[in-house]
Formats: sequence, structure tokens, C-alpha cells
Amino acid sequence: MEPNKPFIHPSYYPGETPEAEHPLSLYMSVWILLFVLSAFSYMVDYMNVEGYLRAFLITIFAFLKAGLVVGVFMHMAWERMALIYAITLPPLFLLALVGILSVDGAFVYYIRDLFMSVTAS
Amino acid sequence: MSQFDISKLPQGGKGFMHDWGSDQRAFKGVPWGKAMMWIFLVSDTFIFSCFLISLMTARASTTVPWPYASEVFALTVFGVEVPLLLIAIMTFVLITSSGTMAIAVKFGYEKRRKLCALFLLFTALGGLAFVGMQAFEWTKLIVEEGIRPWENPYGAHQFGGFFFMITGFHGLHVSIGVIYLSTVAWRVFAGRYERLDDYQIVEVMGLYWHFVDLVWIFIFAFFYLW
Repeated sequence: MEPNKPFIHPSYYPGETPEAEHPLSLYMSVWILLFVLSAFSYMVDYMNVEGYLRAFLITIFAFLKAGLVVGVFMHMAWERMALIYAITLPPLFLLALVGILSVDGAFVYYIRDLFMSVTAS
Repeated sequence: MSQFDISKLPQGGKGFMHDWGSDQRAFKGVPWGKAMMWIFLVSDTFIFSCFLISLMTARASTTVPWPYASEVFALTVFGVEVPLLLIAIMTFVLITSSGTMAIAVKFGYEKRRKLCALFLLFTALGGLAFVGMQAFEWTKLIVEEGIRPWENPYGAHQFGGFFFMITGFHGLHVSIGVIYLSTVAWRVFAGRYERLDDYQIVEVMGLYWHFVDLVWIFIFAFFYLW
């Protein structure tokens, strides 16, 4: 090691990042798949699917589409685990928010319903 | 600058421990612009999620029936009422622009300057078409249907507020994206990134644009279809 050269850990430099060569057909097929999935979720509405099945199908199609966009279009599938976890794990906290607020929403509904039935009589 | 081979580092879960445990930089092989864009997108995810989760709370807590989006957003074409037609077309346009963006990024890495600029231009035009259709939708809803943030003739009054807030904030993102895209497209065409021999900006721009598409997927699902 030369004395005047400061030691810098090699990982500090991004250097030549290996750019994955993706054929055009990959993007085209994901594109078509996104159309098909959008058409499916549109059909859920068009064919008047109701209730839990509707909610389930809409959510499934939305998350499948999101997975394709993030994984392929945003190249997440080819990133290192350090970045993948840093980006995808924090949004999981939102599930807690969904849980808390669905309990709260149901409670507010109950109170409103009770209040209105009292004031109506 | 020393050459550094990222493929020699540990992969997978071991790579995660290695990268975060090393004391210099966690996101190895990721340029700072890209890392910062990802972190910005995470924060934006939280903003949009808060909107959509508030929508969920409003719908769960209201005792008044929620307006049926399928009817509110129906378009009459040749005397036939087609539910959510405009929204379906907007979804189509935004997904297409996301596809052209992905192809632009690919051409950027292959250093095909003109094709890259052309596909960025297509993407910007798609975004512009989307914003145009959204302006049409808003005008129709405000002028013809009488929907206001504080009241509407279809049901629960919170509907208007959520509609304008969520689609408005998304539309703002698309509009900013169109400006951003046009700038990058011009710079690509002018050969700025060719001189720098670095098309990273196109990928960072692409992340933002795909995110706009991603948010629309969830708005389409949870606002229009649910």
C-alpha cells in the first residue's frame, strides 16, 4: 500500500454496477400482463361482483399489478437485499394503521347509529 | 478510482447483514440519486396511504350510504351508459406510459440517445393525456353532477372531499412528472447524459414515474372500484 494514498474501503465506490440486460420482450409482456390484470379488476365492477369476493379480487389484482410494477419496471427484483428491505418493510407499519382505524371506524359507526336512534325518537 | 466488483459480496439475507453492518455505505452499488429517490418514494407512499386509510375510516364510520362510484363515474356513449369508462381509459393510458418509461430506461442504459428521448417524450405525452382526461372528469363532476368537497347529491358528503383530495394530489404528481419528464427528455436529446456517459438520471426519473402509476393502481382499486 502506498503511504500517501488514503485507504478507502472498496465498497465505498459503486464502480461498475452490473446493469442487467433485459430484453424488450420482458417489458412488453409485463405491460400486457398489467393490461390483463386491469381488465380483470374492471370486470369485477362490470359484472357486479359484490361483498367480500369483490373486496378480495380487487385487492389481489391491485397487489399483483403493484408487484409487477415495483419488481420489473422499477427493477426492484434485481436490487440487493439491503435496499429491498429498506424500501418494502417500513410500509408494513401501515397495516397497524389499517387495523387501528378499522376498529375506530366501526366504533364511530356504532356511536353515530346509537345517537341518531336516540335523537330520532 | 478502484474497480470494485459487487458480485463478489455476499448475496441475499447474508448480503443484507453484510451491507447494513459495514460502516461506510449500506446501499452498495446504488448511486445516491437512486437511493434518495427510493427514500422519497417511501415517504410519498405513507402520504398516499394515509389518504386511502382515511377514506377507509370515513366509509367505515358513516351511517349514510356511500355514493356508488360505478354510477357516479359512468359515461354515456352512443346512448349506452358504460360504468367507469373514462377511468378505464385513464388507467390504460397511465399503464402504457409506464411501459414506455421502462423501455426508455432500457434504451438509456444501451446509450441509444434518440430512442431514449423519443420514449421519454411518449411517456410525457401519456402523462399529459392523463391530466387532460382528469381535468375533463373534474369539470364534469363539478359542473354537471354538482359534486362539491362538502356535499353531493349521491350520498355521504365526505365523498367529494376525498375524491378531490386524493385524485387532486395524484394529478399534481402526474403534472410534476410531466414537467420532470420533459426536462429529462430534452437533456437526453441534447446529449447531456451522453457527454457524461451516465444515464442514471433516466432511471431515477423512471422510479418516480412508475410510482405515479403505482399510486393510480391503488386509487383505481380502493377509490373507484371498492
